Amino acid sequence: MAVLIGRPIVAGAAQGDALVSHAPLSFWGGYDFKTGTIIDKHHPLAGVRAAGRVLVVPFSKGSSTTTAVLLEAVRAGTAPAALITTGTDSFFALASIVAGVMYDRSFPVIALAAADFNRLESGQRLAVHEDGKIEAI
Amino acid sequence: MQLSERDQAMLDGAHGAAPQLAMSILVRMADVYGAPELMDISQAHIDSTIYLGDATLEFAERLASLGARVAVPTSLNVSGVDACGWQQWAVTPEWAAKAARQMLAYEKMGAVTTWTCAPYHTRMRPVFGQQIAWGESNAIAFANSVIGARTERYPDLLDICCAITGRVPAIGLHLTEHRAGQLLVRLVNVPRALQEDDQFFAVLGHLVGSLAEEAIPVIDGLVVSPVEDQLKAFAAAAASSGRVALFHMVGITPEAPTLDAAFQGRVPPQVTDVTVDALCAARRELTTTDGAELDMVILGSPHFSLEEFTRLAPLVAGHQRHPRVKFLVTSGRFMKEQAEASGVLAPILEFGAQITLDTCILASPMLPPEIKTLMTNSAKYAYYAPSLLDTRVAFGSLADCVRSAIAGHIVRSDSPWPS
Repeated sequence: MAVLIGRPIVAGAAQGDALVSHAPLSFWGGYDFKTGTIIDKHHPLAGVRAAGRVLVVPFSKGSSTTTAVLLEAVRAGTAPAALITTGTDSFFALASIVAGVMYDRSFPVIALAAADFNRLESGQRLAVHEDGKIEAI
Repeated sequence: MQLSERDQAMLDGAHGAAPQLAMSILVRMADVYGAPELMDISQAHIDSTIYLGDATLEFAERLASLGARVAVPTSLNVSGVDACGWQQWAVTPEWAAKAARQMLAYEKMGAVTTWTCAPYHTRMRPVFGQQIAWGESNAIAFANSVIGARTERYPDLLDICCAITGRVPAIGLHLTEHRAGQLLVRLVNVPRALQEDDQFFAVLGHLVGSLAEEAIPVIDGLVVSPVEDQLKAFAAAAASSGRVALFHMVGITPEAPTLDAAFQGRVPPQVTDVTVDALCAARRELTTTDGAELDMVILGSPHFSLEEFTRLAPLVAGHQRHPRVKFLVTSGRFMKEQAEASGVLAPILEFGAQITLDTCILASPMLPPEIKTLMTNSAKYAYYAPSLLDTRVAFGSLADCVRSAIAGHIVRSDSPWPS
């Protein structure tokens, strides 16, 4: 995979194994912050642990409480290392910004053009850079 | 981005530490949204009330300890505990105490203690065109679509920042040009009998939520006139299976007197057809049990309205629920008071129903572990319960929910749904 140029919605650097789905995700009712596992039984990643991974989903859906679940996950140390989406996802961005304010632990949120988004695959080891660049390492 | 003098003063701390913190988060989010400026709101609804754990509590108490006060009339969403009834359930004292602390933090900020996910059924219901900042996915979709008030899809932690500052980024659904339909959803040969069925709008919402992806859906081809509770069921379902924050129904919702108006004169950029087959498949998705065993009937997501209590009363009057099956209705204080005053609550309680206020089974860990199978007429409960509570769910009409509670096992009529 060549280097992908993303748009940093919330800038930051992180590394982790990619976990990719083309289905949107609600963290409330979809993510157990106690274990860092995706629990939405309607979602293709149900049962998969996303803590510490670079989670790649097109956008957030469902509950307004998605942001609060992500904040709990950051506090508990069970949040994804970074989030990559197709557009500007304000929910993921807010969770990262408030995690920075409350716990000095924001995480990168990067938007990718659809064509680039489609090139990511689960299992790739990814490095996310401050400028929004994403590369396989 | 252009900040007003007042915004800048707030950001600089001239209005105190709490408005400064709220404004600093709001300004960063305005930048994320690409907003050219902030604008005023005249009301807010706070979803951040839901207690999840230490982080939500620390956030609330941090704001409260800084002396935060809401700047506009503000209602509060469900909390993590029914302060008056949690002892009857599996809620631990530690959870109850922390959830109560979080409630107190938001009360201290001067918000009205509505504690409901149906704020449109309180005295704080907004009006057409009103600029508001609402959290709670079902309430956002209802306010925008059914009332024609204007709110973005606000998440927890940001809703309260908007309330404290009285400001929001001037973007998205606050602006007329972003409220036009983006996806035409045509009902094709969906018979009147199906559209009149009690489950229809919840099922349609569940289907449209996933079809719409990020688009504003416009539903055309309805031959019935839904009541508010049906629109509420649609909104809650579409905001659970998807991210619908605004929908239009041609000839029904206020910004869609005609198809042309719904799209603000533009040609629909996308079109999709909904068939009876797709609706039947969506309805099947909402049921995750194939057995008949039943432990609890659960109604009231979003919170049960006075009209729903009024519909339920004659169905249960003179009957008793089966002793093995619990029957729980989740609602808000205001609706319950009205149901009590109008006399429709009494037969429901005599039937053996329990009422939980201020919260719901998804927001409060109240169900004992022996509750394995639920039945509900709520697509939102049906969507979330299997994942959040690890229960099985049967989705059915209100009448079938009552019949099942009396029989002691799941009874579902498939008429008029073709199998």
